[in-house]
Amino acid sequence: MNSAGLVTASYIAATVLFILALGGLSNQETARRGNWYGIVGMAIALVATILGVVTQHYTLLFIALLIGGSVGLVLARRVQMTQMPELVAILHSLVGLAAVLVGFANFMDHSTVLHGAEATIHDIETYLGVLIGAVTFSGSVIAFGKLSGRIGGKPLTLPARHWLNLGLLLGSIWFGIEFVEQSAAGGGTWPLLLMTLIALAFGVHMVMAIGGADMPVVVSMLNSYSGWAASATGFMLSNDLLIVTGALVGSSGAILSYIMCRAMNRKFLAVIAGGFGTGGGTTASGGEVEGEVVPIQPEETAELLANAKEVMIVPGYGMAVAQAQHTVYEITKMLRGKGVNVRFGIHPVAGRMPGHMNVLLAEARVPYDIVFEMDEVNEDFPDIDVSVVIGANDIVNPDAQEKPDSPIAGMPVLEVWKGGTTIVLKRSMATGYAGVGNPLFYKENTRMLFGDAKDSLDAVLKTL
Amino acid sequence: MKIGVPRESYPGERRVATTPDVASQLMNLGYRVIVQSGAGSEANFSDAAYRAAGCEIVASTRDIYEQCDIVLKVRAPEGEELGVLRSGQTLISFVWPAQNPELLETLTARGVTALAMDSVPRISRAQKMDALSSMANIAGYRAVVEAAQHFGRFFTGQITAAGKIPPAKVLVIGAGVAGLAAIGAAKSMGAIVRAFDTRPEGKEQVESMDAEFLMLDFEEDEDGSGEGGYAKVMSKEFIEAEMALFAEQAKDVDIIITTALIPGKPAPRLITAEMVESMKDGSVVVDLAAEQGGNCELTEPGQVAMKEGVTLIGYTDLPSRLAAQSSQLYGTNLRHLLTDMTPEKDGELVVDMEDEAVRGATICIGGETTWPPPAPKLSAAPKAPPPAPAPVAEPEEEKKSVGGPLIAMALGGLALFGMGAVAPPSFMAHFTVFVLACFVGYMVIWNVTPALHTPLMSVTNAISSIIVIGALLQISSGSSLIMWIAGFTVLITSINIAGGFAVTRRMLEMFRK
Repeated sequence: MNSAGLVTASYIAATVLFILALGGLSNQETARRGNWYGIVGMAIALVATILGVVTQHYTLLFIALLIGGSVGLVLARRVQMTQMPELVAILHSLVGLAAVLVGFANFMDHSTVLHGAEATIHDIETYLGVLIGAVTFSGSVIAFGKLSGRIGGKPLTLPARHWLNLGLLLGSIWFGIEFVEQSAAGGGTWPLLLMTLIALAFGVHMVMAIGGADMPVVVSMLNSYSGWAASATGFMLSNDLLIVTGALVGSSGAILSYIMCRAMNRKFLAVIAGGFGTGGGTTASGGEVEGEVVPIQPEETAELLANAKEVMIVPGYGMAVAQAQHTVYEITKMLRGKGVNVRFGIHPVAGRMPGHMNVLLAEARVPYDIVFEMDEVNEDFPDIDVSVVIGANDIVNPDAQEKPDSPIAGMPVLEVWKGGTTIVLKRSMATGYAGVGNPLFYKENTRMLFGDAKDSLDAVLKTL
Repeated sequence: MKIGVPRESYPGERRVATTPDVASQLMNLGYRVIVQSGAGSEANFSDAAYRAAGCEIVASTRDIYEQCDIVLKVRAPEGEELGVLRSGQTLISFVWPAQNPELLETLTARGVTALAMDSVPRISRAQKMDALSSMANIAGYRAVVEAAQHFGRFFTGQITAAGKIPPAKVLVIGAGVAGLAAIGAAKSMGAIVRAFDTRPEGKEQVESMDAEFLMLDFEEDEDGSGEGGYAKVMSKEFIEAEMALFAEQAKDVDIIITTALIPGKPAPRLITAEMVESMKDGSVVVDLAAEQGGNCELTEPGQVAMKEGVTLIGYTDLPSRLAAQSSQLYGTNLRHLLTDMTPEKDGELVVDMEDEAVRGATICIGGETTWPPPAPKLSAAPKAPPPAPAPVAEPEEEKKSVGGPLIAMALGGLALFGMGAVAPPSFMAHFTVFVLACFVGYMVIWNVTPALHTPLMSVTNAISSIIVIGALLQISSGSSLIMWIAGFTVLITSINIAGGFAVTRRMLEMFRK
């Protein structure tokens, strides 16, 4: 039997299944099937490779698979839905690390000898795979630290950070040239190692410089990098399955980053350059908002909600922090039972990663057909009687539309202020991640319900 | 401190300064609340209800004044009540110091700290204690109810087996708080509502209530807004045009509700005797300005009069005619004021003259008259700031976007060409696959619903661990170092594979209709 042909055939099957897996996510009904396609595709690829390519060291292989698999399953079962961004970040780092290791192992393996342009291209592929892998690895570790609160969320902005980045880039290019030259002569370990260190430092520095509100962009960007790392590894190993899968993941992450940037009206490069909320005019132009806020009690909130016909709930990261999603759903259930049309309006960047709010609401068993995207509901706000903003700030800031000099000007926002009454649940009057004051809180039809979102909502629920 | 609520002594006054609900909230602020027996009976609040809320009940007005540090009233004290006020006591009620200078003098002379609810400044922060607005709202609603009472027909139009009923036409003059409340009430009863106001913001507000705003046939643009959101006196030409409009409308409408007031001036005369005469028999005029002389020439303040076949309602106590509602709103206004004046919530009243709302309301303190207050800083409608300089960056961006795609395409083409010239065929084959895969990814990912972006990330994360294939290719290597590295790589990628798929599955399970 032609084992190489069979392996390739399995890879083609796996590729198709992966594409189907991603395609399945286009809606909730097909998504579960899509996930199974992914699992089957992965299984086929593994089995084909193990049967067709691996010739010895089966014990080590199976022990590693077994340990890794069980660790992964336990992680997946234990993780809280609010911790999803951290989990995703740390999983990305593993892909990055794997790319680095595969790259090094491949470099040390001299069983195949190439000449001329092929050798050069192969060296460049190895080099790129390790480079992207290392950046993904260290960047993801830092992102994990930031998301889990182990590292402060504030952007770290070194004085000459753009020059530093440029220096690191030039350094890696120079080491790249060195590596290709020395590798042709049989050496090249040092340039590769030094470049890995530079790439690691670059990953750390890049993510450190990015503020908390830009985290959704960072997570999706690292998602993209992990894909490109796999793709580069595929080139290095001349393996089409890796190339295709890596490209799929890479473009998926890139599109997500683009969607997130558009949702914040930010240039992708500006996010990467880091330091949101530290630009020159930020504090001067938007920091202070004049006016008075009107506080409200949970009992009055309950009354407002019970007497409304159309209610829109706008959740933000604060809901995740307070773990209030279950109470939110209890309230929703009760109101819907009374004939109130309760809907959810989700901003693309609410939370710390794309789709974060949807997952939290799904966890609380909120039916997904009452959860809407910003663009679907923004026109409906004039008909809404009561909007409830839970722990969100910048995504409902009218300044984005009204003040051309505001740092968040032009960012699409949920126009809650156009509705009847807006109730904002907040712990204090502090600004959001953009560091901009929010005139919404001072609008005449806005009521502030101060305190921990979960406690406040529990009180509302009790009154209802 | 003790808060006392006496029974209102003014004849016909049915309101009371606090309700059992409000009283219990005042007790949360640390106060003790003492209510005179029968204080709330006219507003349907029994002594028992007050007692149940935790209030003490005393028999006479004198007991209240003697025992309490703070006295809450609706109307200003008069007659013997003034005699028992003592120095250091705080009185909160309507006072109208401009109209009652002797009363202000007496209060000052007795050393009372008096806060006039009618003098609370019209600033956004003080809206919650703006009793004038609360009362105007009720008066506007009640005006429609009174009109309906005296009007012989339906408000709403109907087509019945017994014939067609045309809807009533209501004209509301003055779209302030009372006017808007009247518009809302008349509209919800089914009438055709028209409204007029001299202030330009009136148009928008009237239209927001779904009523028709009457335009004046008048060339010059005259703004009728005065200080603090009230109206001002208009020019002679304007008034003539206005009167012509009313004369024309009077012939058409069934009910006129006038709410036109200018602060510190007698009410403007808007409906003349001839206009009343021109109205259809059975029509109704409700004059909310009766107390200040009336907007209608024929109004008799406090009375209902029949003239020329038209019912003229000149009640001056409309809020009191809806006593339970007025008491509840007025009581809440007082409660908001007291909340602001009790910063520590310890039942100790602090008269902070730095606080703009408190300063405005305080008309005398410690034997000194502090009325009128300095002009309030207007926060309701600040003058528009000069327009910000237009952003300069935009035009540049647009220019770039025109040539951008072309340049990018040209560069991409060149790069491809250059690569094709040097790269070996095996690389180009892989590169083809790569580029195609990028496009497939692009097409597929745009179809993913945003709600599933998190599962998308975890599943792409799982499949990107396909990099395990690389490690599998190396694990059978003869070099033990490579073997161990590859083994470790298999370990970490399998964490990723299992974890990524499992967590995606867990998430997707949760999405349900």
